Amino acid sequence: MDRPIRVIVAKPGLDGHDRGAKVVARALRDAGMEVIYTGLRQTPEQIVETAIQEDADCVAMSILSGAHNHLFPKVVRLLKEKGADDILVVGGGVIPEDDIPGLIEAGIAAIFTPGTPTSVTIDFIKSNIKRS
Amino acid sequence: MDIRAGLQSGDKRACARLISMVENEDEQAIGILKELYGLTGKARVIGITGPPGAGKSTVTDKLAKLLRQQGKKVGIVAVDPTSPFTGGAILGDRVRMTDLSTDPGVFIRSMGTRGALGGLSKAAHGAVKVLDIFGMDYIFIETVGVGQSEVDIVRLADTVIMVAVPGLGDDIQAIKAGIMEIGDVFAVNKSDRDGAERTATELEMMLDFNIRSQYRPPVINIIAKDNKDVDKLLEAVEKHYVYLVNSGELSQRKKNSIKNEIIDIFKYAMVKAIEEKSQSSSFIEQLISDTVDKRLDPYTAAAKLVEEFRSR
Repeated sequence: MDRPIRVIVAKPGLDGHDRGAKVVARALRDAGMEVIYTGLRQTPEQIVETAIQEDADCVAMSILSGAHNHLFPKVVRLLKEKGADDILVVGGGVIPEDDIPGLIEAGIAAIFTPGTPTSVTIDFIKSNIKRS
Repeated sequence: MDIRAGLQSGDKRACARLISMVENEDEQAIGILKELYGLTGKARVIGITGPPGAGKSTVTDKLAKLLRQQGKKVGIVAVDPTSPFTGGAILGDRVRMTDLSTDPGVFIRSMGTRGALGGLSKAAHGAVKVLDIFGMDYIFIETVGVGQSEVDIVRLADTVIMVAVPGLGDDIQAIKAGIMEIGDVFAVNKSDRDGAERTATELEMMLDFNIRSQYRPPVINIIAKDNKDVDKLLEAVEKHYVYLVNSGELSQRKKNSIKNEIIDIFKYAMVKAIEEKSQSSSFIEQLISDTVDKRLDPYTAAAKLVEEFRSR
């Protein structure tokens, strides 16, 4: 049976703007994925626990507060500690160009900045999840 | 990953993976469930149902927290609808259960209905078994927001909490057949709103006419978001369980539920067998084309199919 891809869409940190995350969640849904939406102000620990309990293929996070250099790598690190580094991690939001190489280095597979068509994100997730 | 060992040592990844395998109808998962079936039946299974926006997730969150204070381990299966068009879903019940996600004694799993119509997913039975084997003391199953007739939960749960809210229609809604008949405990949530007393009264009046057992479901006014009177709701759930045990209804319910489950699995296997056959079998092809040409009618065609299966 063709199983749906399961994606956690999460908002780490303190900013309260989830319009972008909701647009992405809906686009992923329309692409046939099961989207587990966590809501605002999630800690990295909560996101990682959610990803494990939901047996997710991918964690997609959005940050507009500027805390991405701290929070994105922390999620990657915690997943690794829990032996769950087969989960793909992607990020989006207002991320300065200069910060992107460092985030990729830290294990975030891709960063999607404002203006990225949702189809790009969908295709990236589909072709990069680590489990068949 | 050794799923059997992981399940018994409390590894949440193993539990999560097995639930996925059950959802995806993986043969291996069935094998594991067969092997560990003897370990099931220890958890209390509580269904939470009600219309969309009644506060099912919030009620579940608060009940789970009360049980955690008593040291109980809690599993939650939260079902949301799958799109019939794309197969995708937004599973959003965790938004109301944020602080539970890092509690080591809690396991929450969101599920899409994946085509099932009764308010649950087909894999909900399996997920409950997995959480039971995983050692959860209480398992909550939150249905999709239901309308009037999504009553599958009654076959899975020991106790069904029906969450109602004020202002969703007149009293004729309450006397229609369907979900209003399956509640063992009624909670009128958002009771700080206008009409809460009236909703409770209407439920009580409906229950006055209910003569199906000596047990009368209680109606409890709560405000889940403020944690007001959720403890009374839990008390009512515990009381219902005592009734089930003392009256012998519990074993009757369990027996019915197992019967239904066996029949469901059987039906599913039959349908699958017929579908597989119909790809290759000229007999079924013939039935179909005869019916298309009006040489047969669908009733006779189906009867011939049953006969064919019987004769093997």
